[in-house]
Amino acid sequence: MKVAILQFPGSNCDWDAEHAVADVLGVPASRIWHKSPLPAETEAVIVPGGFSFGDYLRCGAIARFSPIMKDLREFAGKGGPVLGICNGFQILCEAGLLPGALVRNDCLEFRCLTQPLLVEDSNERFNRERLGSSIALPIAHGEGNYRADETVLADLEANDQILFRYQGNPNGSANDVAGIRNSRGNVYGMMPHPERAVEPYHPNRDGLPVLEAFLEPLVSKDPVEVASS
Amino acid sequence: MKVTVFVSPKATVLDPQGAAVEQAMKSLGHQDFAGVRVGKTVTFEVTGEDTPELREKLDQLCDGLLSNPVIEDYRFEIEPG
Repeated sequence: MKVAILQFPGSNCDWDAEHAVADVLGVPASRIWHKSPLPAETEAVIVPGGFSFGDYLRCGAIARFSPIMKDLREFAGKGGPVLGICNGFQILCEAGLLPGALVRNDCLEFRCLTQPLLVEDSNERFNRERLGSSIALPIAHGEGNYRADETVLADLEANDQILFRYQGNPNGSANDVAGIRNSRGNVYGMMPHPERAVEPYHPNRDGLPVLEAFLEPLVSKDPVEVASS
Repeated sequence: MKVTVFVSPKATVLDPQGAAVEQAMKSLGHQDFAGVRVGKTVTFEVTGEDTPELREKLDQLCDGLLSNPVIEDYRFEIEPG
């Protein structure tokens, strides 16, 4: 196991994330229950989407205090790569591992569609040359409206910490933000679902290069195994 | 004692729920009502005395779990039970 996929009560994209990482990209992955310790051999963590703890209080507010979050904080503190997708992004913001917060969509609707995104030149792994200047990924959320104060937004812009922007903002996010990273470049968060765009039967496979970019050192070390089906 | 925590969206944060409720108020003919904000209240019981230590504990509880300081403000009231 190299990639730990955290499971909270109410996580529902954990199996999809495991499928994308393990079966499609061929990187060993396991789902880890939120009350278990983070395995010592963990090389990357995905905090998957869903409705952890029923979205009670605020999305991600209760998951943030789950036992495994202490280990996650330590792992991220040592520079370990962490990717939060949808509810996972909300959890990482609540935990203070990423700046800002995600609030109710300005349209008040749950938005579920294949969303066009503009790729930003953020770092050597997340950039237009590698991912393409425009991709489309599934979104499915009611609270994806990214909010941060002006100083934080200015810092994100100045430090190239924005990974993706919505093309046609579906939720009112400040600066059309769909995904960000921390300044150190090891913690990533995004509302769109790359793990739902990896198979021929998905709307597209734009999620593959995104997951590969996040898992780069692991993917390149391990030859991709063809999933038996 | 009974503690009531009031959580509200920060004045600087867009409150889509409040805006929708305000629209509904206006459609009911209440043109003179404005600035609607939707928050939440959390109530619970606590044993002991209303001390500065208790209030400090409540601040810690509010600041992170019951409210997110990035987007929300809070205040609490303590009623002798």
